[in-house]
Amino acid sequence: MAVTERLPLGRVAEEVRPEVELVTLTIDGRVVQVPAGITLLEAARLAGMRIPTLCHHPALPPEGACRVCLVEVEGRSNLVPSCQFPVADGLRVRTNSPVVREARRTVVELLLARHPHDCLGCVRNGSCELQELARQVGADPDRFQGQPSSVPVDDSSPALVRDPARCILCGRCVRACSLQAVGALGYAYRGLATTVGPAFSHRLAEVSCVACGQCASVCPVGAIVERDDTARVWEALADPARYVVVQVAPAVRASLGEALGLPPGTPVTGKLVTALRRLGFRQVFDTEFTADLTIVEEANEFLHRLAEGGPLPMFTSCSAGWVKFCEHFFPSRLPQVSTCKSPQQMMGALVKTYFAEVQQVDPDSIFSVSVMPCTAKKLEAARPEMGGGGRRDVDAVLTTRELARMIREAGLDLAALPEDRFDPPLGAATGAASVFGVTGGVMEAALRTVYEWVTGSELGTLEFAALRGWEGVREATIHLDGQRVRVAVVHGLGNAARFLRALEEGAPSPAEGPGQGRPYHFVEIMACPGGCVGGGGQPYALDPEVKRARAAVLYREDSSRRLRLSHRNPTVQWLYRHWLGEVGGEKAHRLLHTTYQPREPY
Amino acid sequence: MPVLPAECLEESDPRFARLDEVIERYGRNPSALIQVLHEAQKLFGYLPEQVQMRVARRLGLPVSHVFGVSTFYALFSLRPVGRHRIQVCMGTACYVKGGEQLLADLQERLGVGIGETTADGRFELQAARCLGCCGLSPVITVDGDVYAECKPRLLPAILKKYD
Ligand code: SF4
Ligand code: SF4
Ligand code: FES
Repeated sequence: MAVTERLPLGRVAEEVRPEVELVTLTIDGRVVQVPAGITLLEAARLAGMRIPTLCHHPALPPEGACRVCLVEVEGRSNLVPSCQFPVADGLRVRTNSPVVREARRTVVELLLARHPHDCLGCVRNGSCELQELARQVGADPDRFQGQPSSVPVDDSSPALVRDPARCILCGRCVRACSLQAVGALGYAYRGLATTVGPAFSHRLAEVSCVACGQCASVCPVGAIVERDDTARVWEALADPARYVVVQVAPAVRASLGEALGLPPGTPVTGKLVTALRRLGFRQVFDTEFTADLTIVEEANEFLHRLAEGGPLPMFTSCSAGWVKFCEHFFPSRLPQVSTCKSPQQMMGALVKTYFAEVQQVDPDSIFSVSVMPCTAKKLEAARPEMGGGGRRDVDAVLTTRELARMIREAGLDLAALPEDRFDPPLGAATGAASVFGVTGGVMEAALRTVYEWVTGSELGTLEFAALRGWEGVREATIHLDGQRVRVAVVHGLGNAARFLRALEEGAPSPAEGPGQGRPYHFVEIMACPGGCVGGGGQPYALDPEVKRARAAVLYREDSSRRLRLSHRNPTVQWLYRHWLGEVGGEKAHRLLHTTYQPREPY
Repeated sequence: MPVLPAECLEESDPRFARLDEVIERYGRNPSALIQVLHEAQKLFGYLPEQVQMRVARRLGLPVSHVFGVSTFYALFSLRPVGRHRIQVCMGTACYVKGGEQLLADLQERLGVGIGETTADGRFELQAARCLGCCGLSPVITVDGDVYAECKPRLLPAILKKYD
């Protein structure tokens, strides 16, 4: 009898239960103890075996659709998918027998039979999980010849492009979209005719897709990707008649490095600014500046609503995916959504008005680009109600992934670039703006300002512990000069849907106070799990820890700043005094606020 | 992937009210989806998009899920089926003895293509593989009734029997 190895339990154990029960099984001849309740796949990982997977994704429920993860279990006539098979005492498992290796290879070869082989022209070339898998199992791409899917490419959405010919039917996007409580995507038909996509072969723009991009961030291949706007941006950069400016969202500086070979959690703010200058942008602005501005406008709006008794709760409006979700699925809540434009759109509006004025540039010659962790921002920038006089606030939105491609294409070595700073005046920000990029951050930033405005005194600590963290819904009560204000933070649209349904059913009764029977006064909702650090335009990452590393960067940016309250941003103050007028005033309303429209669910 | 018919039912179509009753009867329970679709198909004859959307909304399911189920099971039809199904045998014997002409004649007479249903929902036309009665060729069947040694000139009389 072999010695029993107690495997380092690591994260798996923590996630299962603290007082975890152990089971003993044999994996490839080694007797090992692992926590009960995990799958063979996880047990094998603990034992140091990397069983290949494809439909499995750590952030999604298992589905067992692809059969790539097959293993042999003694006493069973068929191979079993390890991603679904629970561990049990006494199991004898072989993850690496000739039968297993051959079966896996055949499974992958069958997938390749219908998949196009033009990898060099695919945007996922180099980051494709199918490529990596084929390499891992040693697949022969030409062993089987299949009929490729003839369903046409769907580029109807301003945010995403679906190419069903590349789809390997793993169903990850279906699960991601259903976790988002949208369910725009599903399996249809059966057998060889199986497809994945919206019902009745509709295109994405015709259904209630909210453009969150969670599907794109889990698709292992190039079958759902962000709409590529790099060509339009290159073109503008090459055109001497255009004045090309760029703004960068907080969460991008915490993740861009990953896409260019740096470890997760590497802050690249200064190098990112240099890279953008070298790409040819005339001005490099910081979306954090308008995040501060958003807080000032939004905090003001909130205090008005609080004083006038509604409509409450007020929902934040910075997450474009959440806004579209609310329009489709909870249209009756639209009056409760803050009318503030998102920081991206506020920056866009200021660039073509304020900046054009002081810099004496013709606003029509300005090409305004933003770099966002988000695909829904592409949709937001294209909304007809954004902009004025037929002019878009923002002309092109690049995701973090697209910017990484441009930097690579330009031959810039990000790690080796010197640091630089954002351009004044739209480049100055406080720490409050940095935390915008993490779930809870907008609420935290808003409360810092609200508290000081109402009480006239500073908060003892600027960090709201109850609002940080990764629970799907978090809440807190703050005391504002004798008023109890209840706030909540929600991330991921599945959580948002549950939260709103509970509100509808008149869930927990409110703390006494000015809410007049309403359980919450102020609610932050972010469409993506984790907030912008987990945005649909962020570098691909299978490991859920990556999001936390990104969040840590933003929290550090905040705590290392001298100014950490949005309304203390001197440039914001200056802008109101000399150009915008009153907070929430006529000019501010015209430029910085927007409207919503109810839509049908599909 | 088959192209599905674009159908437009009136909101006031009384069958929608009956469908709603069915859904209520199942307590709007999403796990009753298959039964509800089954009854919807009895009401409408098939499962057009509007019906599937109605079912989806009232059961609180995404349409994509309902569509996944309705396209998975062969018992559901996504296109209208006729009250009477005409099959024209295209087996070798029938084909040689004029089956193809029968099919062409029927298409023209009914104004439909193969696999389609007439606008009034009366007939659905299908081309069949060998029906196994080659001695009687050419053969057509209507709702399973076999018409042997069929000629185009006999067709009007045959069709008249089915209303
Ligand atoms: S973008 Fe979001 S809502 Fe749209 S299909 Fe993808 S996951 Fe679903
Ligand atoms: S589109 Fe991508 S994620 Fe969705 S089923 Fe196809 S391969 Fe999987
Ligand atoms: S990874 Fe286990 S079945 Fe796909």
